[in-house]
Amino acid sequence: MTDAKTEPLLSVRDLVVEFPTRRGVLRALDRVSFDIMPGEVLGMVGESGAGKSITGASIIGLIEPPGRIASGEIRLKGERIDTLGPEAMRRVRGRRIGMVFQDPLTSLNPLYTVAQQLTETIRTHIDISKGEARKRAIALLDRVGIPAAARRIDDYPHHFSGGMRQRVVIALALCAEPELVIADEPTTALDVSVQSQIIEVLKDICAERGAAVMLITHDMGVIAETADRVAVLYAGRMAEIGPVRDVITEALHPYTAGLMGSIPTLTQETDRLVQIPGAMPRLHAIPQGCAFNPRCERAFAPCRETRPDLISREGGRDVACWLYDPARTGELRDA
Amino acid sequence: MPDPLVKIEGLTRRFDVSKPWLNRVIERDDKQFLTANADVSFEIAKGETFALVGESGSGKSTIAKMVVGLLPPSAGTIRFDGQRIDASLGIPRSLRRRFQMIFQDPFASLNPRWRVGEIISEPIRTFGLMNATDARAEAARLLEVVGLSASDVTKYPHEFSGGQRQRIAIARALSSKPEFIVCDEPTSALDVSVQAQILNLMRDLQDEFGLTYLLISHDLSVVRHMATRIGVLYLGRLVEVAQGKRLFAEPQHPYTRMLLDAVPDLALSGRRRRPVEGEIPNPISPPSGCAFHPRCPLAFDRCRTEIPQPRPTPAGQAACHALDDMVPA
Repeated sequence: MTDAKTEPLLSVRDLVVEFPTRRGVLRALDRVSFDIMPGEVLGMVGESGAGKSITGASIIGLIEPPGRIASGEIRLKGERIDTLGPEAMRRVRGRRIGMVFQDPLTSLNPLYTVAQQLTETIRTHIDISKGEARKRAIALLDRVGIPAAARRIDDYPHHFSGGMRQRVVIALALCAEPELVIADEPTTALDVSVQSQIIEVLKDICAERGAAVMLITHDMGVIAETADRVAVLYAGRMAEIGPVRDVITEALHPYTAGLMGSIPTLTQETDRLVQIPGAMPRLHAIPQGCAFNPRCERAFAPCRETRPDLISREGGRDVACWLYDPARTGELRDA
Repeated sequence: MPDPLVKIEGLTRRFDVSKPWLNRVIERDDKQFLTANADVSFEIAKGETFALVGESGSGKSTIAKMVVGLLPPSAGTIRFDGQRIDASLGIPRSLRRRFQMIFQDPFASLNPRWRVGEIISEPIRTFGLMNATDARAEAARLLEVVGLSASDVTKYPHEFSGGQRQRIAIARALSSKPEFIVCDEPTSALDVSVQAQILNLMRDLQDEFGLTYLLISHDLSVVRHMATRIGVLYLGRLVEVAQGKRLFAEPQHPYTRMLLDAVPDLALSGRRRRPVEGEIPNPISPPSGCAFHPRCPLAFDRCRTEIPQPRPTPAGQAACHALDDMVPA
């Protein structure tokens, strides 16, 4: 999946997103870089305030002013999309990048039937007749698992249950056949039994159409069962990125390791959960050096002074931690 | 069970969700009732953690509210140490002091205009347990017990993060020296690393003060980690009760099995989840017979007509007709 020869579908480099506030400029994202390969599912995890949703919003150009992309670049198939004007961006959004948000009620217009919303979206992006668009919409609803799609398509969003609404939203995100789908906490508002249905549908339908997925969630279980690779954000910075199995079973970054240990599982016997002391720093009080250093058991001198960059390790893994700096491993041994 | 601390029998709660009187007359509608809990019975032994799990609308929080006397039951009884708890009958103070509650959202459960010291010592003042000076000292001591600093008594809730606020809520719950604490989704509003801190704290406090917990949660992994015994709710009815770990090892009721199959897990077992069918039905007009029958792979005729009664299983009890047929009597 992460073949060096294939060109990434989406490439984010040194992305910085800032919000000017009375307390000064807050950096919600600080030099975040990652790639998404065609057809890949990239999980984006982190605790609240880590910058997961801001990453998604900046890719689709929906950062609420006065927030802004201060520097860095976002490329979709090599073409920069962070500098596009609102009109050009609107054509990318929906057509090339689809979106699924947390709350299915707010992403559907309550005043229009599902048919109107789907056919309008399809016809905005693809030049086909109304009848053709409706046929497509019905096929799509059927595919996302809405029973009696041909009849239900003329219902309003409030006629559907939460899980069914989220299926409609997925259909809406996929109706223009985008290359990338950004799903921001798509199952957080749903019950577990429905959650697994939605994840299954999202995963299968994207695989079928070859669409890549950026799955933003705080639920590591969902990531473990869905993603190919996972990126871990901490305080607006990338802590670690790599194949999902490796990151979960042997995390490199002490934060990732602590995060994994703090989650109770359904199979292991743990008497006591791993506990990371303290909480994630607020954006106006990010410590000097590595943002995680005050909570880190393994922190040593450089962690308190200089922020570590992402260091590439074998197996397609990257980690931003001084423990893995080849030049400093000697120092560590002395410490 | 020898002498349970809490004994709940036939607990039922209905809510009137009818339209206003005039609408009912014009539209010729009958009164409508939502049955949040129907015929729920279980016991909690001293020192154990009894957990209730279920999806939204299964009636978990309604039980919690009735158990602490915030809501009167429509039918059935709740006994705490032999004494009846019923919000409609009034609860004697000496009894009321002995159980407390921790709520889900620590941003809503603390008064933003009160200092932390006042918040924590409120139960002490309410029950007249100490004089004002001692109550202040006690608040400071409790803050240290829950892992905050004694000097935090003068701060306001907004100065704390979500996890710290939940610690304050726990300190408040402890201040009247209760024996029993009802925890309604105590960590659902928290991030996982903070959740681990709070769960560890809850266990430590249980060991230290010999507390008994009723833990309400929708998160099966949290429940598995914390509970001695677990009750599974579906549409207001208790479908299965079992010893903590054994519920996960050998689930008996088809709904429990479905729920366990649906949980995404970190274990990376590579198991393909069995697709779950359907959604929770409307509690205003629940299906006849066993409420789970429309989604149940094992359903047969009897399930559609007769409500199953709990029967013993190796690790507890389950209410399912199919279990009858599988275990020869």
